[in-house]
Amino acid sequence: MADPSMMNREGLIFERSKKGRRGYQLPALDVPEQLDALPQSLTRGVIEDEVEVSEVDVIRHFTRLSKMNVSIDAGLYPLGSCTMKHNPRLNEEIARTPGFALSHPLQAEHQVQGNLELLWNLEQTLKEIFGLPRVTLQPVAGAHGELTGILMVHKALSKSGNARKYILIPDSAHGTNPASAHFAGYEIKELKSNARGVVDIDVLAQAVTEDVAALMITVPNTLGVFESDIRKMADILHAKGAYLYCDGANLNSFVGVARPGDMGIDVIHSNLHKTFSTPHGGGGPGAGPVGVSESLIPYLPTPTIERREDGTFYLDDSHPDSIGRVRAFNGNFGVLVRALTYMRSMGPDGMRRIAQLAVLNANYIRARLKGAYHLPYDAPSLHEVVFSDKNQLPHDVHTLDIAKRLMDYGFHPPTIYFPLIVAGALMIEPTESEPKEELDAFCDAMLAIAKEAEERPELVRSAPHTTPVRRLDEARAARQPVLRWKKQD
Amino acid sequence: MTTTAPEDNRYAKSHEYVHVDGNVGTIGITEYAQKELGDVVFIELPTVGAQLEATDELGSIESVKAVSELFSPVSGEVVEVNELLRDKPELVNTDPYGDGWMIRIKLSDPTEVDELMTAEEYEEYIETESGH
Amino acid sequence: MLAVVGVDSIDRLFDSIPADVKLDRLLNVEGPWSEIESRRWFRSVASRNVTAVDHLSFLGGGAYAHYQPACIDQLLLRAEFLTSYTPYQPEVSQGTLQSIFEYQTHQCMLTGLDVANASMYDGSTALVEAVLLAERMTKNRTKVVIAKSVHPEYTSTLRTYIQNLGIEVVEVPWGADGRINTEALREACDANTFAVAVQSPNFLGVIEDYDSIAQVADGCGATKIAVVAEATSFGILTPPGAHGFDICVGEGQAWGIATQYGGPYVGFMVVRDALKRHMPGRLVGETVDVDGRRAYVLTLATREQHIRRGKATSNICTNEALIALAANMYLSLMGKEGLREVAQQCLHKAAYLRHRLSEIASVLLPFSGPVYNEFVIRTPFPAVEILRDLEHSKILGGLALGDFVEGHDNDILIAVTELHTKEHLDQLVSAISVAISRERR
Repeated sequence: MADPSMMNREGLIFERSKKGRRGYQLPALDVPEQLDALPQSLTRGVIEDEVEVSEVDVIRHFTRLSKMNVSIDAGLYPLGSCTMKHNPRLNEEIARTPGFALSHPLQAEHQVQGNLELLWNLEQTLKEIFGLPRVTLQPVAGAHGELTGILMVHKALSKSGNARKYILIPDSAHGTNPASAHFAGYEIKELKSNARGVVDIDVLAQAVTEDVAALMITVPNTLGVFESDIRKMADILHAKGAYLYCDGANLNSFVGVARPGDMGIDVIHSNLHKTFSTPHGGGGPGAGPVGVSESLIPYLPTPTIERREDGTFYLDDSHPDSIGRVRAFNGNFGVLVRALTYMRSMGPDGMRRIAQLAVLNANYIRARLKGAYHLPYDAPSLHEVVFSDKNQLPHDVHTLDIAKRLMDYGFHPPTIYFPLIVAGALMIEPTESEPKEELDAFCDAMLAIAKEAEERPELVRSAPHTTPVRRLDEARAARQPVLRWKKQD
Repeated sequence: MTTTAPEDNRYAKSHEYVHVDGNVGTIGITEYAQKELGDVVFIELPTVGAQLEATDELGSIESVKAVSELFSPVSGEVVEVNELLRDKPELVNTDPYGDGWMIRIKLSDPTEVDELMTAEEYEEYIETESGH
Repeated sequence: MLAVVGVDSIDRLFDSIPADVKLDRLLNVEGPWSEIESRRWFRSVASRNVTAVDHLSFLGGGAYAHYQPACIDQLLLRAEFLTSYTPYQPEVSQGTLQSIFEYQTHQCMLTGLDVANASMYDGSTALVEAVLLAERMTKNRTKVVIAKSVHPEYTSTLRTYIQNLGIEVVEVPWGADGRINTEALREACDANTFAVAVQSPNFLGVIEDYDSIAQVADGCGATKIAVVAEATSFGILTPPGAHGFDICVGEGQAWGIATQYGGPYVGFMVVRDALKRHMPGRLVGETVDVDGRRAYVLTLATREQHIRRGKATSNICTNEALIALAANMYLSLMGKEGLREVAQQCLHKAAYLRHRLSEIASVLLPFSGPVYNEFVIRTPFPAVEILRDLEHSKILGGLALGDFVEGHDNDILIAVTELHTKEHLDQLVSAISVAISRERR
């Protein structure tokens, strides 16, 4: 039998190159060549090392590459904090409607009334979901939304005389939070989580001084635990003139059940590629719209989308206190189209079902795996559950090993070693997309691995065994970085 | 290789050691620190001539998935930098007290060395650090 | 399932959310719609747009309609690419990782620089990240000098990002040829200047003289940043790397990505080797697995937010991987010959159109510098009025430059690509000619 490890080999596209091959065809140039069109000094020769391949080469190459990826379409993909849910294909089709796909970002407003109407509708829908009075659709990623939100906080505070110095961020937060706060001009003060894994209200009260601009918090937090004191937190911050920022990465757990605005949250970004099912695409594109409370509306990035009395729509740049433009053009429009398509498919009841089933699925996994895996925080969790490798450590089996072994069972591993407050964290988020059979298959695999860790730990430690490649030498990649292909002489 | 800290070095709480020879101190990180970090892939060091105060950040050290600041245990002028580490950062893993040294400093205040931990004190210190 | 969990209803699972913040009603949103209903509504909304679907378009200004090879979109819909996550687990993500490695290689070849990252959001934010990178590299300098002919929306994005970072942005005007005014550039550059940023071809369509700019920037020790918003121009123009530039950033939309009202596009960033450990975003590197097989992995990750948090080189996490994949496919399909041929067609068609338009008695070419596929014409009448007239003939004739730059109300920015035929170009010439004579009446 052929070596299975050879089945998934595919060289680089550059290594397929054969002189004279072409993968395209253009009509012949039908205007007279303009000999003086470009001074010689500005002209480059052909790019010698660029490829020469046919369409067949390209299709074969990328089809083979694709087979080396696992994806949500192939099975449960329980990455915590990432909300890997099903991506309905209607959304893809709608985004490709020629009237959307061929519209140009700088077209005059009367030519793009359809686009503006769509965006306006998306804003109305997100306003209702957030329970907040305005939403900007400009940010194209979660971190982009965070920066936008904190810049607004900064501008609002500056306007009232003092931008302040610090953003408070719990130690369980995503890394983008401190990074975004830093680029918005703030220093970061870390808040220690308490024994339940949430922010302690007394610790917060102590920390909120006149120098604090905002608290950035993920609701529910990265353990999946809802901050039940959220209203009190908002009150503490507001009493000191500070803002409450919510990282909406985990909105999937409470969409339609509760609203950020009703919790006293002043700013929230939502990752449309998480809660609203736009495909992750191997790491993007995404979108990170930001909702704000009344007092932050003047600072929204430009342009905003407005509706006139006569029902026509326009882009409004005339906001003197705006933080400005956060990106060229009008956000990731194609992603926004997909998200609205999804929201319309769901409707009011479907929206709430998302959260209900996502939370049920996560708690089902929690119930089935508890015992076999150590649960470092026992507080009730919503859409995700965080275990650790504590039970497996006596057999010298670590979180990394468990994750790699899961691949042999056909599952993508959970998020590992995050949140940082749990040593050896395994963070599992199944989403609402998974039927019970799939959850059971995953739990069975996890339980089998727990058993293997006791009985055949070496098998787990050396996993994966069935993937296109096995464990990589990551130190080598970082010590002598090879970051591009080069022609061998 | 021994896991115990050499007797003739002094140690900082941030896990750097200094080995004093005359008025020059050789600085690196301890065996314990390199183990905690894992495979070292990159080290950022100051240039010769830089002036450092004790506890100043002198650079950073990176493993595949972590990065730590390095702090100078003593004050003075950097007189030599271990150029070998540029291409072979793994020397910090294989020989932290020998070829994996990082910088040499001309001590501006040799009495600072006395305030650092002895090998015995450092061993006790990491015992409590890792024991919690 | 409820029994296994140990609760009697799903509602109990939400007990940790206090009653006073729970919603006691359903959301007031539209739906649920079936596929049929969704198609009906969205298609009718799309039909309210006036677009290149049935209009002849000469719109550019940072977003260009180029040829899209048919197989790209089909391949992009492969679920393994479309519905996978960031390749943090390399054993099950080699497809995405290898593709990014190939994409990085294309970027290096095109720009003549050493190290490319896995992508940025778009051209405007890539420029921002380049400026922030340059600022980190140069201690104690606070000024970035930027050509006024950089895409105005890129420069406004930069101003937004840096508003609290103590960085000063100084804009340098263009001269009569539409290129940056080198004298003004020399005056603007001083010992406090950490970077000089120019766009070429610039927002007026004019190709800058990299060498003279590099000379001035070198005089004050500033990092040289080149912005490219029309990425097919790499097929024919000498790349910034060949002129000593340190960083090239820009917008990759022109590599066959739909204009789709502004996004998703793909920003690129390529730098000199010395800057690689300071650059933002994801990077893929080559290594081997335990069996010695070549494989790819995200590397130098300690620069990034998930490790360095508040001290990261950028807050970027999500990038535009799928669009970068499309770009990799485009660049591979077009390849050595195709990239050149597309660029040549753009160049010659634009030159032909520019020449033909200049033959209309009242049409002026306000900028004399060399152009690639985009240029400015000036008529005696407001651009918006000429463009409105053209729209009646189903032509989107270009952009009113006055919408972006004060004092240019009579100027129109026109972009040409390989999609235009000679007939299209002639059609625009006669339509503009007619529009001008109508205005005269």
